[in-house]
Amino acid sequence: MIFALISEGVDTIFGYPGGQVIPLYDSLYDYGQDIRHILVRHEQGATHAAQGYARVSGKVGVALVTSGPGATNTITGIADAMMDSTPIVVISGQVPSPLLGTDAFQEIDVIGITQPITKWAYQIRKPEEIAWAVSRAFYIASTGRPGPVVLDFTKDAQVGTLDYKYSKVTHIRSYQPAPEPEPASIAAAADIINNAMRPLALVGQGVILGGAERELKLFLEKADIPAASTMLGLSAMPSGYRLNKGMLGMHGNVGPNRKTNECDVLIAIGMRFDDRVTGNPEFYARQAKIIHFDIDLSEIGKNIPADIAVPGDVKETLPAVTALLKPAVHTEWISKFEPDEQEEYDKVIAPMLNPPADAPLNMGEVVHRVAQAAGKDAVLVTDVGQNQMMGVRYFRYDCTRSVVTSGGLGTMGFGLPAAIGAKFGAPERTVCLFVGDGGLQMTVQELGTIMQEHTNVKIILLNNRFLGMVRQWQELFFNKRYSATTMENPNFTAIAEAYNIKSRSASTRAELSEAIAEMFALDEAFLLAVEVATDSMVYPMVPAGAAISNIIMGDDNNE
Amino acid sequence: MNNKQLFTVIVFSENTVGLLNQITVIFTRRQLNIETLSVSPSAIPGIHKFTITTFVDRDMIDKVVKQIDKRVDILKAYYHTDEDLVYQEIALYKLSAELFTGMNEVEALIRKYNARVLDVNSDYIVLEKSGHYEETQALFDELKQCIGKGVLQFIRSGRIAVTKSRIERLSDMLAAVEDKIQRK
Ligand SMILES: Cc1ncc(C[n+]2csc(CCOP(=O)(O)OP(=O)(O)O)c2C)c(N)n1
Repeated sequence: MIFALISEGVDTIFGYPGGQVIPLYDSLYDYGQDIRHILVRHEQGATHAAQGYARVSGKVGVALVTSGPGATNTITGIADAMMDSTPIVVISGQVPSPLLGTDAFQEIDVIGITQPITKWAYQIRKPEEIAWAVSRAFYIASTGRPGPVVLDFTKDAQVGTLDYKYSKVTHIRSYQPAPEPEPASIAAAADIINNAMRPLALVGQGVILGGAERELKLFLEKADIPAASTMLGLSAMPSGYRLNKGMLGMHGNVGPNRKTNECDVLIAIGMRFDDRVTGNPEFYARQAKIIHFDIDLSEIGKNIPADIAVPGDVKETLPAVTALLKPAVHTEWISKFEPDEQEEYDKVIAPMLNPPADAPLNMGEVVHRVAQAAGKDAVLVTDVGQNQMMGVRYFRYDCTRSVVTSGGLGTMGFGLPAAIGAKFGAPERTVCLFVGDGGLQMTVQELGTIMQEHTNVKIILLNNRFLGMVRQWQELFFNKRYSATTMENPNFTAIAEAYNIKSRSASTRAELSEAIAEMFALDEAFLLAVEVATDSMVYPMVPAGAAISNIIMGDDNNE
Repeated sequence: MNNKQLFTVIVFSENTVGLLNQITVIFTRRQLNIETLSVSPSAIPGIHKFTITTFVDRDMIDKVVKQIDKRVDILKAYYHTDEDLVYQEIALYKLSAELFTGMNEVEALIRKYNARVLDVNSDYIVLEKSGHYEETQALFDELKQCIGKGVLQFIRSGRIAVTKSRIERLSDMLAAVEDKIQRK
């Protein structure tokens, strides 16, 4: 198994040992120079770290856990990777094959449990299957629309011996990673775009996964098409880019959300029309012709019907369409975003960034200031909740693969372990994690991993002493009945100190400036615990189930 | 969108463990009932064939079949309406010999429905009838009416079907895949 992993180019494994993987760990002991094993503090952390690693590096993340509870602890991370198309391979130990089905100690039906939340799940029962299964696992996880693969590895297969022979899988007859591009649909898409007056492109993570950032830029520029991205598509285009009109969806930017319902051609590129992006589909872009580029045929027409489907890998289909485009200029249409941008700036952004001197700190300004100090190549990692929305809204992106966040599953507790994984995946980049007081406490034990590995992650805790995002819904839609959302919190800097991690707290602007400077001056992990306003809201907001252009801009100016 | 009708889903898969589970969860997640299911090796060695019927609208069956098709070990999934297919089910009826002997009506039913006698002994007789659901059901209903409790057991298989089309899509697909691999 270790040889097979090395053959697949694995250099880092996040894991946690136990009875049914002791033999595998024993072999790992001899290959420390080839594969670095990171001992996490909980198996959920191993999967999220593998996700963080994969998201920034583009390589497959690997987690190794024992059977039974070790395996069940990985379920959240596997499900998260499935929803967010993240290539990871989770190897779980399993009881010896003669004991399968006997309710043996720490036996659990891992394949049965994980099949619905993996791209592929396979039980290895004989040593002869190892090379084949590992190679197939990496091939499936990383090709086409990526996703998680589980290898359930029985103990007897771990201790069996054989002459090792590895050959890399290059095809599986029942699996077509990407559909062949169709010349007819490419021509049809180009034709519609060539006749568009008000085109709008929606950029999803597919562009990043396909490594098609350059192809996207050429496409947008040739026909002068404004674009916005989904949360997971962020950083496919740099923040300041002329045609980048921001983020889509529930807490996205006003411009692209409104323009979705004003454009004449909507061009979706490697995105899946999640309900957090579309709002109510009945009122979504009804006026527009919709072109949908996707590698996954089951996504086309799943949520929003497409007038033109362009199946295939966007790395191939985008340039093919671009070649047929006539150069165009849409200055007037693009200028129509300006009033929306101005309105959002005046009503939402400016009050955040220039608050009255005596106002408590708010999340937006903290993220903004950290982003300014973090430098150009920084990676943003977030947890889930208000911290996530403020993180992705106020951070700045200069290069691709700069955002690691839990989109589809919205997993609280994702942030801290994912940040650790991201640092291992991109050691030369600065990794900034924004996390809430709720989410931090879901996986806070991973501070132990940071301590042991000296992982240089910058943890910015946005402490509002509330489960803020739920509180926001209670304030807006449940008559301010704050059921179970207040938090009595521990002393977070004392926790950091206990783990030997430098930390500082800040509740004023002066303290924040000093603390940010100190955090980035140090070449080691840092916890910056910021006391932010307890009652802030994330705006703009499109209420769940409303039309995407139905945007709440603030506490008392509902549109 | 309540235009539900019976669709027949035909799935070709590799012969790997756990495939049935992978397919059924795609139905259950969307609260769809599988009406009938039949699984067996196909004409091509190593490839299994699932024939599944379900009542849904066309939009939903299209999505479901795409989801099935997407699974790594599935070679291909198709859906059909009854017009596209020649299809049959097979039913077995176990009748008490005591009630049966000498009842001319039952013998008439066997002839009327073109049923076959599979087994006869002093205790019971077993009939077999293949046909569409309505036909096997009609024979059951008439037997029930005629001899009541004398119908000891009744069982019907899932639908099996072949397509009427002249194009054999699976073989064509496999050939295309082989061709692509060769070219690589
Ligand atoms: C594992 C998990 N449990 C519950 C939720 C529901 N949920 C979404 S946001 C949120 C509040 C998060 O609070 P906190 O971590 O303090 O962050 P804030 O919103 O205050 O920034 C909750 C409970 C979730 N997303 N994930």
